[in-house]
Amino acid sequence: MQEREEGPLAFIEESDIAVTVNGNHYERRVPVRFLLSDFLRHELHLTGTHLGCEHGVCGCCTVLLNGEAVRSCLMFAVQVDGMVVTTIEGMAGTNNDLHPIQQAFQEKHGLQCGFCTPGFIMSVHAMLHENPYPSDEEIRHGLSGNICRCTGYQNIVEAVKLAAERLRGQQKEVG
Amino acid sequence: MATRWFGASIPRIEDPRLLRGKGTFVDDIDLPDMLHAALLRSTHARARILKIDTSAARALPGVHLVLTASDLGELLDPSPLLVPHHALTQPRTQLPLALNEVHYVGETVAIVVADSRYIAEDALDLIDVEYESLPVVHSLEVAAAKDAPLVHADVPGNVAAHLVQVVGDPDSVFASAPHVVSETIVMDRGTAMPMECRGVLARWDAHEEMLTCWISTQGPIPIRNGLAAIFHLPEHKVRVIAPDVGGGFGTKIMMFYPEEILTPFAAIRLGRPVKWIEDRREHFISANQERSQLHEVEYAFDDQGILLAVRDKFLHDTGAYTPYGIIVPIITACTLPGPYRLKNYYSEFTVLYTNKVPVSPYRGAGRPHAVFVMERIMDRIAQELNLDRAEVRSRNFIQPDEFPWDVGFVYQDGGPTKYDSGNYQAGLDKVKALLDYNDFAAMQAEARKQGRYLGLGFACYVEGTGIGPYEGAQVRVESDGRVYVSTGVTTQGQGHFTSFAQIVAEQLGVDPKDVLVTTGDSQAFYWGVGTYASRAATIAGSAIHLAAVKVREKARQVAADLFEASPDDIELADGKVFVKDAPHRSLTLGQVAISANPLRYAYGENARKLMLMKLAGPRPGPALPPERGAPGLEAAEFYSPPHGSFASGVHGAIIEVDPKTGMVTFLKYAAVHDCGRVINPTIVEGQVHGGVAQGIGGAFFERLVYNEEAQLINASFMDYLLPTAAEIPHIEVAHVETPSPLNPLGVKGAGEAGAIPVPALFASAIDDALSPFGIRVREMPLHPCRLHELLQQSPGR
Repeated sequence: MQEREEGPLAFIEESDIAVTVNGNHYERRVPVRFLLSDFLRHELHLTGTHLGCEHGVCGCCTVLLNGEAVRSCLMFAVQVDGMVVTTIEGMAGTNNDLHPIQQAFQEKHGLQCGFCTPGFIMSVHAMLHENPYPSDEEIRHGLSGNICRCTGYQNIVEAVKLAAERLRGQQKEVG
Repeated sequence: MATRWFGASIPRIEDPRLLRGKGTFVDDIDLPDMLHAALLRSTHARARILKIDTSAARALPGVHLVLTASDLGELLDPSPLLVPHHALTQPRTQLPLALNEVHYVGETVAIVVADSRYIAEDALDLIDVEYESLPVVHSLEVAAAKDAPLVHADVPGNVAAHLVQVVGDPDSVFASAPHVVSETIVMDRGTAMPMECRGVLARWDAHEEMLTCWISTQGPIPIRNGLAAIFHLPEHKVRVIAPDVGGGFGTKIMMFYPEEILTPFAAIRLGRPVKWIEDRREHFISANQERSQLHEVEYAFDDQGILLAVRDKFLHDTGAYTPYGIIVPIITACTLPGPYRLKNYYSEFTVLYTNKVPVSPYRGAGRPHAVFVMERIMDRIAQELNLDRAEVRSRNFIQPDEFPWDVGFVYQDGGPTKYDSGNYQAGLDKVKALLDYNDFAAMQAEARKQGRYLGLGFACYVEGTGIGPYEGAQVRVESDGRVYVSTGVTTQGQGHFTSFAQIVAEQLGVDPKDVLVTTGDSQAFYWGVGTYASRAATIAGSAIHLAAVKVREKARQVAADLFEASPDDIELADGKVFVKDAPHRSLTLGQVAISANPLRYAYGENARKLMLMKLAGPRPGPALPPERGAPGLEAAEFYSPPHGSFASGVHGAIIEVDPKTGMVTFLKYAAVHDCGRVINPTIVEGQVHGGVAQGIGGAFFERLVYNEEAQLINASFMDYLLPTAAEIPHIEVAHVETPSPLNPLGVKGAGEAGAIPVPALFASAIDDALSPFGIRVREMPLHPCRLHELLQQSPGR
């Protein structure tokens, strides 16, 4: 850790980090108190990760950290030094086509204002990775760490079912 | 046959960018050289400000500006009263920063602008405010008490407004009625909680002398007008944009929140862009709230269960200020009669100040309270007379041939509360079918044998939607054939980019994907009001329709001239304009648009092809003949309704209550909804789902808890519980369609509906489930602990 020697922010400690986000490698010097969410949004300009509560409840800021869903508002950027982060911007496929989860949200009208949506998609990604065959109840429980104020969740549940089915199909094709 | 777009469940046009994280919400916009603001908010519900010392904050490196009330000059003026009313005799609105006194926890006291939000918040900690606490009003009961402390020293009795409205002759009906019941019914505070908090980004361009603000708001045009007046700028030099807005539900239709003045002020003063983004804690204590009312209701009915008269006196908590006038209690009074033939009705309300966050409409806006009261009445009549609950409602319904039905009260828009159309029995029948109503009694009895408590409840409502004054729209076909649409309303999740495109596509025979809709940018459309009161699809939708019709007629005229045919023989479909029965005589819509714009320098593929076609040759006289009016295929139209249109619905649910814990589980939920003609069923059903979820939250989980110091003690998502996917049931939605005769589309509003009947339905279902305990629910919300408490006190325990 280093301290700035001069300038108006001299009193704030900073640290160097190296992180891979959506396949791109970044090296940055950041204030140690800089939240991961702010780092992604305002340093890397990946503004698809949203902030709904900044106390780890709403799930809008969910990203994947080494493949696992985490709340980027509850982490500091310095904590992800050397790690791999995936955000909503990294979900689309090679031809920039929508990921099957994104596609299912569109087809089942699983979003309205779209603010919570990236967080849901990241959580669903992690959920279906862990459990490709979720029951309706498991889906609802799996989604319960993300809050949506618009949809009443029903169409999100439908979207997850559709996405799960399609992802299983893809797995079979690959396998 | 051309494709019908109106009424089709097409996927939403706005989805792909939102799904990719490419939406543009206010905080997604970072401008070069931008600074960040943070607000110091009062920690006291009522106190005198003795001293504010900002010197340490000003001295902090990275801080550019610290302002308190005394720095504001002529800006230190109370916000405008948005909707004055003769009954609102003591209106009070808020200063951008509190001057000598604070009136609620969260009221703005100082603003800091710094290099980053982090430093701005550091600086807030360095501001020293010396308060002298004053006695506090934390509830309606305290506000109404004799010798209550005063929220505003110059408002006697804390009374902001008092209004009496009477229809018929309730006094004589009560004097002779066979049955009279009276009870107290209470609804506590709840709030909208959009997932995106509020936010303002302001940029002052000194070269153009132009102020641009991006605000997470439902009403950018009124804000543009207001900011122009405040900063003495021409209106066209103020641009207010509501970019993607992450939910509003009413709380973002407000003028002004202090930050909407302070942020632009700081930007102008510093000559640098300034951004303020509300955090969730701030939102809990500074974004407007709603719901709190206390009703003393008395009602008379006959032996057949016909409701004869209602006398409802209620207190309405407006918080510390009345920015939105008395809209909410007026709506409550007007909504209470609901779908029933109530001919003798006395309504009296008193609006009281409390030391809490100000109140303005939140989805439902006074209606859930009214429906709760009226549906409690219907259930009670059934209980008293031992009649079927559905039957009592049927006996009291206004019949389909009785429209228009005038309730007799003046509505929130100053017009009549006059129902334009409806078929309430059809809604109830559908809900009964969806819930297998006739089989429920047996199912309930069977469950009780196993010690399980099932209950069925339902609730009917009528909802005033689609109020004026007006909205407008511009529709223009561009040279490539795509259609540009702009309107003054905003979008915060309703899918306007799709449903508005469908309205235009229907008229112009193009794919909705080729209709590009802009909402909420004051520079794109000058006139308008905003998206609130379930009015955007009805009012702006109608304006868009009228403009599209005008463009279609002009396209037919221009094409008729080119083909030397009659306009009556010209048709529009699949992006083409052609002569009926002669499809080879055809142009694309873009080519017609180019033809309608006599230019020397037309370019692009459409222009080139058009030239090769050598259609009708040069005409004598002006290139743009007077009968053509303006160049191009373009029209602007406005729509102003004669009065609001009245949507309706019936919801029903089967629940199970665990009497040991007070926990309630929904086993079935059915929502039947009538919003007239439906533009996009998928979108409307989504609106209903979301409304029901908010309604369930407001009925069971969500209650803003203020302690005796009027401190909000559950100001976080850990403590104020928004329902998650685990709590919200599957919702079966069905439609009844009684078109509105008031507007050209036959539509009514749909946005708020879902939330309105849920508290009433919930109470009805709990009563039914817990009838062995003799429970009668008279309060909302009813969270598990409170329900458990009621059970402990119940007579049947």
